[in-house]
Amino acid sequence: MLSALLVMAAIAIVLGAVLGFAAIKFRVEGNPLVDQIDAILPQTQCGQCGFPGCKPYATAIADGEADINKCPPGGEDGIHKLADLLGMEFKPLGGDAVSKPKSVAIIDESTCIGCTLCIQACPVDAIVGAAKQMHTIIAAECTGCELCVAPCPVDCISMQVIEEKISNWKWKYPVYSLNAVEAIQIAATGTAR
Amino acid sequence: MRTLYHFHGGIHPPSNKTQSTQTAIARAPLPSLLIVPLQQHAGETAKPVVQAGDHVLKGQLIGMPDGFVSSAVHAPTSGTIAAVDMQLIAHPSGLPNLCATLIPDGKDEWVALKPVDDYRSHSPAELQQLLRMGGVVGLGGAAFPSDIKVRIGKQKITTLILNGAECEPYITCDDMLMCERAAEIVQGAEILRFMLDANEVLIGVEDNKPEAIAALQQAITASGPVLQQNKRYEVVAIPTIYPGGSAKQLIRVLTGLEVPSGKLPTDIGVQCFNVATAYSVHRALVKGEPLISRIVTITGNVREAQNFEALIGTPIAELVALAEALPDTDAYIMGGPMMGFPLPAVHVPLVKATNCIIAASKKIFPPPPPAMPCIRCTRCVEVCPADLQPQDLYWFAQSKEFGRAQAFSLFDCIECGACSYVCPSHIPLVQYYRFAKSEIRAREHDKQLADQARVRHEYHEQRLEREKREKAEKLAAKEKAAQAAKLASAQPLTPQQQTEQAELAASRAHIRQLAQSEVEHTDEGVTK
Amino acid sequence: MTEYLLILVSAVFVNNIVMVKILGLCPFMGVSKKLEAAIGMGAATTFVLTLASGSSYLINHYLLGPELSYLTTLSFIVVIAGIVQFTEMVVQKTSPMLYQVLGIYLPLITTNCAVLGIPLLNVQAKHNFMESIFFGMGGALGFTLVMVLFAGMRERMEGADVPAIFKGSAIAMVTAGLMSLSFMGFSGLIK
Repeated sequence: MLSALLVMAAIAIVLGAVLGFAAIKFRVEGNPLVDQIDAILPQTQCGQCGFPGCKPYATAIADGEADINKCPPGGEDGIHKLADLLGMEFKPLGGDAVSKPKSVAIIDESTCIGCTLCIQACPVDAIVGAAKQMHTIIAAECTGCELCVAPCPVDCISMQVIEEKISNWKWKYPVYSLNAVEAIQIAATGTAR
Repeated sequence: MRTLYHFHGGIHPPSNKTQSTQTAIARAPLPSLLIVPLQQHAGETAKPVVQAGDHVLKGQLIGMPDGFVSSAVHAPTSGTIAAVDMQLIAHPSGLPNLCATLIPDGKDEWVALKPVDDYRSHSPAELQQLLRMGGVVGLGGAAFPSDIKVRIGKQKITTLILNGAECEPYITCDDMLMCERAAEIVQGAEILRFMLDANEVLIGVEDNKPEAIAALQQAITASGPVLQQNKRYEVVAIPTIYPGGSAKQLIRVLTGLEVPSGKLPTDIGVQCFNVATAYSVHRALVKGEPLISRIVTITGNVREAQNFEALIGTPIAELVALAEALPDTDAYIMGGPMMGFPLPAVHVPLVKATNCIIAASKKIFPPPPPAMPCIRCTRCVEVCPADLQPQDLYWFAQSKEFGRAQAFSLFDCIECGACSYVCPSHIPLVQYYRFAKSEIRAREHDKQLADQARVRHEYHEQRLEREKREKAEKLAAKEKAAQAAKLASAQPLTPQQQTEQAELAASRAHIRQLAQSEVEHTDEGVTK
Repeated sequence: MTEYLLILVSAVFVNNIVMVKILGLCPFMGVSKKLEAAIGMGAATTFVLTLASGSSYLINHYLLGPELSYLTTLSFIVVIAGIVQFTEMVVQKTSPMLYQVLGIYLPLITTNCAVLGIPLLNVQAKHNFMESIFFGMGGALGFTLVMVLFAGMRERMEGADVPAIFKGSAIAMVTAGLMSLSFMGFSGLIK
């Protein structure tokens, strides 16, 4: 009996010593994961995830408090990237988060009263203007987060979907028929080859 | 005999070129309407410098180059500008772009031309500016502004290559140009060689064009006095194989050098221009004529396939009518059958990049059979001229795994179509690569915007912090000042104030005394 | 010398710990989604197993002896837990990326039945010290080999048009079963 206890105690003490030494020698500070997650998020700072910005959401994901499927501007692609980074399963966009097409805000200049409420709301300072002066949105910097639409007292801000032009046109995913009958039908109706 | 090298793969599709080489280049008559797009080149759209109602002369500037990578656009004939607006152009998307619509007045009057007397007496920078303002762009298909391609970097350019290969089936515009106008091509080549300070000029022509080879050789011999005596000019007959006319492949065949992935030919001391571009350089500098016309092959399902010298902006419908398209034509392809795309409509204008229009019918281009799953036969790997693995690129593109597609060198693909040509499952491979490439480019653009937005947001947060801090400091400073003011205001009293204070104190004391005695009297009265 | 080579070949191919002995399936399924993670996990397991086989032999032979043989399982687990903890700290320090990717599976090496199984098999086969080390190393190398092969196959299958009902773990299990069949073809290689 005693020998068994002694043996187990000896093993425990030796291992404990080794681990204690290792804990001091291999100490790790900080959490670089938050920056890695933040690099994937689309930086719209819209708050649709429930957090006041992309960095707080990244911190919450790193702490395990938030799910990875809460970001509509990031889309499915963003969720895939987060899942790959964190070694988690992919989840489709959760809750009532709906994927909207990319849009840019525009101020109706005839209605603007120069109250600066929208300037204070914009998280990326994309609105130029001052008190009692005309406000205007720098379209190139606008992320489409829609945080400026609500504060405007005269409702002069609207969201315009970015339309497809030659400069931002993309080739579409090829869809071809696997069925001979369908293929001939497609060819017969004269759609572009 | 010059040593020629080989590139991996390549195919031998039926050339279908003899139909359009039976007659000489015909001059297309003045069309009824000209639609001149302001973006016919890679880079930024030219800025319109005319508006509706303006009268312009032939060769007058109507589009100013905008930005580093850009080129000028000129009026192809004299007439009135009807409008500067969005019109349908020859683009696979079918989307419109900014165009200047010109109604010819029939006079075809040139603007005052300013030819260069002796290009050798001008600096390369001046000549580059003349090319930029002359609207000279690459006429091989990519339409890259030529003034950028003649800039010399750190690397010495040893070889200038002229691309007369024209490997794609059906296209014969360069062949006819070389046969008929070889002298101007050679002179244009010399101007380019001078600007690049290259040691030798190699003109690569496929061996299925013997007349073109002979014409060029004759032109070189004849222009002895014009060319530098110590510089070597050679017309090289290269084996006919598709895509031997692709720049990287042609460089490989002629010099044995391989352009590294992601690098340019100039990084290895070589530059490559199309023969038609050399011809345009000659016209622009020696004759002073900006790029306003080009040779285009009209072939396919037409009665009289031939090459036309047509004005830029000519509606394709008019050219096709000249070649007499047969009634069963159901589509028009701009470019060749391998790399071309169907036109959204037949009235779109001719642009600088249009080298060929093929009238398609069910007989010539039967509908493609249905695409079947990939069987990994690797026939596509055998023919890929860029040494890629098309079956893996297809696998990742169709499952949208763009990271892995890029790892397999997706962006080295030249989209020649050799892989789809040989695929036994009839998979339209190039469509998948185009989709993957444009998707990756869009995502990188989005990432760039996201990074910019992050920086702006961080600055926004810092700005708010700074404002809060400044406000707090200001408030603290104000309070401090107020305290200091209060302390300072406790001064000694003046003599007048002192006497007033003393009188007040005396009267207060007297009143107190009276009140006290009153109480005593009352008390006495009470207690009595 | 030949015995050690035979032990190695036997442990890697003929008696492959995952495919033939069907041990250690948890990390095999869990970490084989990405090739880099699989390689990292294989390396970590090799380190742990080699150390564990050696130290468990020493403890069993010198400390426990025949009287305290009932403490074998308990002491092996304690030793393995300590080694895994040590490995976790080393990995976190040297490669935070790998640490993040492996996630919960790194400390789960402790509960990997292969990591406990191989020392116990050593005891059963009465291997000496060198034989134990080689058997442990071989077992782990076999584990790594199979992980890498499986991860490669799973990455390929990411892009495949798998029927919805089979997506994810189901098709992975089917693939693992087919791999196991092929590895059983090695039986009889060593008499």
